[in-house]
Amino acid sequence: MEKNNSFKTVSDIHDSAKKHVLGSAIYIDDIVEPVGTCHAYLGLSECAHGHIKSMDLSEVEKANGVICILGPNDITGPNDISPTGLNDEPVFATKRVEFFGQPIFGVVAKTRDQARRAARLAKVEYETLPHATNIEQAQKNGGELVTKPLTLKRGDVAVAMKAAPLHLSGKMEIGGQDHFYLEGHIAFAIPGEDDDVLVYSSTQHPSEVQHMVAHALNVKTNAVTVKLRRMGGGFGGKETQSNLFAVVAAVAAKKLKRPVKIRPDRDDDMIATGKRHDFIVDYDVGFEKTGKILALDANFAARCGFSADLSGPVTDRALFHADNAYFYPAVKLQSSPLKTNTVSNTAFRGFGGPQGVMAAERIIEEIAYALDMDPLAVRRVNFYGTDENNITPYHQQVSDNIIHRIVDELEISSDYQKRRREIIEFNKTSPVKKRGIGLTPVKFGISFTATWYNQAGALIHIYQDGSIHLNHGGTEMGQGLNVKVARIVADEFALNLDAIKISATATDKVPNTSATAASSGSDLNGMAALDGCKQLKKRLEKFAGNIVGKKSQKVKYKSGKVIFGDQKLPFADFIKRAYMARVQLSAAGFYKTPNIHWDREKGQGNPFFYFAYGACVSEVEIDVLTGENRVIQVDILHDVGRSLNPEIDKGQIEGGFVQGMGWLTSEELVWDDKGELKSHAPSTYKIPLVSDVPEIFNVELAQWSKNPERTIRRSKAVGEPPLMLAAAVVEALSMAVASVANYKTCPKLATPVTPERVLLAVEKLADGESDQW
Amino acid sequence: MGADSVRKSIRFILNNDLVELDDFEHTQNVLDFLRLEQRLRGSKEGCAEGDCGACTVLVGRLVGNDLVYETVNSCIRFVASLDGCHLVTVEHLKGQNGALHPVQAAMVEQHGSQCGFCTPGIVMSLYGLWMNNPEANQIDIETSLQGNLCRCTGYAPIIKAAKSVLAAGGQKIDPLLQERNKIQSRLRELVDNKRVEIFTDTTKIFLPADVDDLAEILLQYPDATIVAGATDVGLWVNKQMRQLPILIFISHLSQLQKLEQMDDEIRLGAGVSYSQAWPIIAEKIPQLDEFWGRIGGGQVRNMGTIGGNIANGSPIGDTPPALIALGASIGLRQGNKKRSILLEDYFIAYGKQDRQQGEFVESINIPLVREGDYFAVYKISKRRDEDISTLCGAFKVRLKGGKVEQIIIAFGGMAAIPKRAKTVEGALIGAEWSRQNIGLAAKLMEEDFSPLSDVRGSAQYRSLVAKNLLKRFYLETIGKSSDGEDSQVAQSAGAA
Repeated sequence: MEKNNSFKTVSDIHDSAKKHVLGSAIYIDDIVEPVGTCHAYLGLSECAHGHIKSMDLSEVEKANGVICILGPNDITGPNDISPTGLNDEPVFATKRVEFFGQPIFGVVAKTRDQARRAARLAKVEYETLPHATNIEQAQKNGGELVTKPLTLKRGDVAVAMKAAPLHLSGKMEIGGQDHFYLEGHIAFAIPGEDDDVLVYSSTQHPSEVQHMVAHALNVKTNAVTVKLRRMGGGFGGKETQSNLFAVVAAVAAKKLKRPVKIRPDRDDDMIATGKRHDFIVDYDVGFEKTGKILALDANFAARCGFSADLSGPVTDRALFHADNAYFYPAVKLQSSPLKTNTVSNTAFRGFGGPQGVMAAERIIEEIAYALDMDPLAVRRVNFYGTDENNITPYHQQVSDNIIHRIVDELEISSDYQKRRREIIEFNKTSPVKKRGIGLTPVKFGISFTATWYNQAGALIHIYQDGSIHLNHGGTEMGQGLNVKVARIVADEFALNLDAIKISATATDKVPNTSATAASSGSDLNGMAALDGCKQLKKRLEKFAGNIVGKKSQKVKYKSGKVIFGDQKLPFADFIKRAYMARVQLSAAGFYKTPNIHWDREKGQGNPFFYFAYGACVSEVEIDVLTGENRVIQVDILHDVGRSLNPEIDKGQIEGGFVQGMGWLTSEELVWDDKGELKSHAPSTYKIPLVSDVPEIFNVELAQWSKNPERTIRRSKAVGEPPLMLAAAVVEALSMAVASVANYKTCPKLATPVTPERVLLAVEKLADGESDQW
Repeated sequence: MGADSVRKSIRFILNNDLVELDDFEHTQNVLDFLRLEQRLRGSKEGCAEGDCGACTVLVGRLVGNDLVYETVNSCIRFVASLDGCHLVTVEHLKGQNGALHPVQAAMVEQHGSQCGFCTPGIVMSLYGLWMNNPEANQIDIETSLQGNLCRCTGYAPIIKAAKSVLAAGGQKIDPLLQERNKIQSRLRELVDNKRVEIFTDTTKIFLPADVDDLAEILLQYPDATIVAGATDVGLWVNKQMRQLPILIFISHLSQLQKLEQMDDEIRLGAGVSYSQAWPIIAEKIPQLDEFWGRIGGGQVRNMGTIGGNIANGSPIGDTPPALIALGASIGLRQGNKKRSILLEDYFIAYGKQDRQQGEFVESINIPLVREGDYFAVYKISKRRDEDISTLCGAFKVRLKGGKVEQIIIAFGGMAAIPKRAKTVEGALIGAEWSRQNIGLAAKLMEEDFSPLSDVRGSAQYRSLVAKNLLKRFYLETIGKSSDGEDSQVAQSAGAA
């Protein structure tokens, strides 16, 4: 491993920024369609659970422009797109539907409008069966699970609990979240010769789409190529959920021998694709009067929907983060991945981790209220130590702990203590408006817990003119992965960034890739690209050696020039000479994360390569007459190690925080009694707007931080961790609500903390019809 | 109408080019036209319901002697309504040498895009702001972006981009400004004051020549759908896939866009958009200023009309509660027959209004708040901006000797129609305007309303807030606004 401090850190602009603002960046729906392209659309069930008694598609078939109907019989391979191989997720439901909005057929027409209209003409009769749309109903109905639960255990909880002088028990309800990527799902399939098909898919996981399409078509994986240049947002929502659309497009394209595109409208996208899991966390905690936790026993029940999808690893990760930054001397954590008659929930930025963190922070908060302490003091008492008290519930040692310094610095820079005192004073004299403040930490484990996913490939070609073509297995969804990786390559050869051509992710260039997920994009693909560069450099050193008459000659790359021996020449000239000398100028780089392992059966291992840290102070104001609230100020100090691109990393932090704030405040998913999702468009599902951003929004990187592990340039992953900084907003809202009863009672707000929840909590604390006003 | 007074096509300028269409899907929206017909794919579809703003374009139209450009959601705007307009898309912004427009450059420099899908719409909204309001402050920036969702950035860099381009000034190099005179004269050449009729076997499009012509067409086709801003009708088509065989477009009728100020009232044509009305509303009824900025987003305010907000009879329309509390009346017209009714009498039941076959809303008369009266309106929603009311309460009270002489309380979102709280009002009339009486009267809210639970809020929440809003109003009239500072909102008009 070379020393990395020779590179200057620069904030390159996003490689596509100019194209974004010009409207010339091409998303899949913008690709020029070949003549004859037709359009598919899905017919969705209108029953949450039931047998299909009859399905009359004659009106669909007769509708204007319709070319054909698609059904399970059109799928040559298995009618299944379950990403974990449990065979529990059909492309088209047959006989039995398991959620309101489940695809039951497809229709292909000349135009998308025609296909969309036709899909609504189906006449389907159901024999309804009892359904459970939420966790409580699922538990009441026997608690069927979609996948195997996990238990994490360390120490003897029963003994430690009994020995603890103080106890409390509680329950926290944590809501789900729709991804609301601005570009909805889309796939566009173009049939080729033999079994071949090319699928453009808006996906974070092209390799999985490739496998799914191959399975559905019953062809070899090598017949299917999946490509995408960029997504209009992913956030986890396109990790497995793209499979459905890609498979339908590919099946239709092969059937009709014509290009087929499928793009659901926003409502169908929200109804028919998975979301963040809702959780109900039940906990018993034993603690001392200092606030120190001695024992924790908690169960994490999740609304998984009708199939497993990624619910296993998601609920696992909730347990992995149920400690957040805190040491539990004795602990038992269990997951209950419950089956419900709702869309199958899936990956979403944080992947269960945020729900674990919310529970940890609620437990701390409850202890603080019980002891009449500042929650920050309780946090400090429980932080992982550096030399002791540093073993997680999954038995990994936390060896890179910097949470103390992060929190200490943020406490001072945000003026937390003074502001907290002022808020308490303000609340005494303000009958209607109440304020609150909260400081919460984040510690987030980096690596896929599916250890084999922690690998990546890259492909680098240097052409004869010295221009470089860069390809890797990561996908671009806005996070700036491509420009980060391109910068690494540019710096290796001391070239300007514009010498590096960033190209579309494609399964025929880099095979067997992992999803761009788990914040791993730059860690994995950056290292793979670096490996490719090193291979090329090694060959070029050998070539330089030939020139100067040695076995190998060290080559220095500087400002577009190549220097070795007494030679100094432009990079392009050097490359041309290398080509003439028949040096291979293409390399496939590879990387796998070292030192990680995980034994799920035992619940023990080292699932994470390292941890990323951060902390956030949020200040809020509520109106006790209406529950209306706003976030006034936010101060964040976040750890990205040695940043690969400070501005892009700040963008991830700001964006992650605001997305987390939306999850915890205004983004409410509502199902009705029939099991129909009622919040399925921006008119009914409210993600944050510009005016929801705090008036004062200070975001700083922990400049001093450097990843002790040998990551790419000692950086740290940044995609997911900042989302959890928004936990501070909930705690601040909680304090504002608690003020109406003199901070004696923890309001135990469920999330999202909507104005309604704030008001009803105020009413409850103030004991019915209040005299608060 | 004679053949020479009818045109069988619509004409507009798309960026640089004149477009004339005489055969197109009658409900085709502008976004589909751009993306599918013109292959201009910079504008994106994010929601197809006018909420996300990824499809934002500018529409320039002649208003008196001016050429006015406004941001609109191309996904819910109908192509037919573009007659006589200049449609400007994101593709038109770059300079001839391909250089970025200053707004685009600022977005790039400030890292204002991540996934980039919302970006063309954001660029167009910021452009609209930069062009029309070079002095914009933070609140103006937020207001200009109320109709644009971004899921990646958390908006911080977008706000920075807006500030930096505004600070840099430079509106003189604006490409639209440079071509403005030329466009203006090209648009003038298109004005022929003719009725537009585009018929197929099953559909009809009308663009009346003037209001009399509108009245005539409506008599002939009383089942026709009137399209003003299309912020509602656009959704009927995109979301409910309604067929709407006969469409009458009225957004071009300047007679319906008159704003008149009398001594004690404002008279608005039914086709006046929220944006057009905002300045006069803010000046004459300042208690409505902030509220007005919470109707839809900028694009929706530019398109949507107050007449449409009323005429459709929605129980959750933003303006009716306030207008009812102010005692507004509406002018209705059927052929040449005109009548005027109180707005509160217009709403009869859910989906049923006091509007006859072939009749249309022509104008809205809004009495000003009398000196000494208190008036306020409160919109409660899950998200502060660009959301539909969970409930909306409007209050107007006249006190005499500390007692209530007259009070009107009207709510949206509490019943099947915008409705007054007559029991509460009755209990307060003649009573002392006191904390105790307010507390007692608030309890009676339950006799006036039995609200529903839905995606926006529970019945319990609605009932509770309705009571509390009366309390808030009371506090503001006695000078204790809910911010703990002196009351701003419920000031009497005399002090305004």
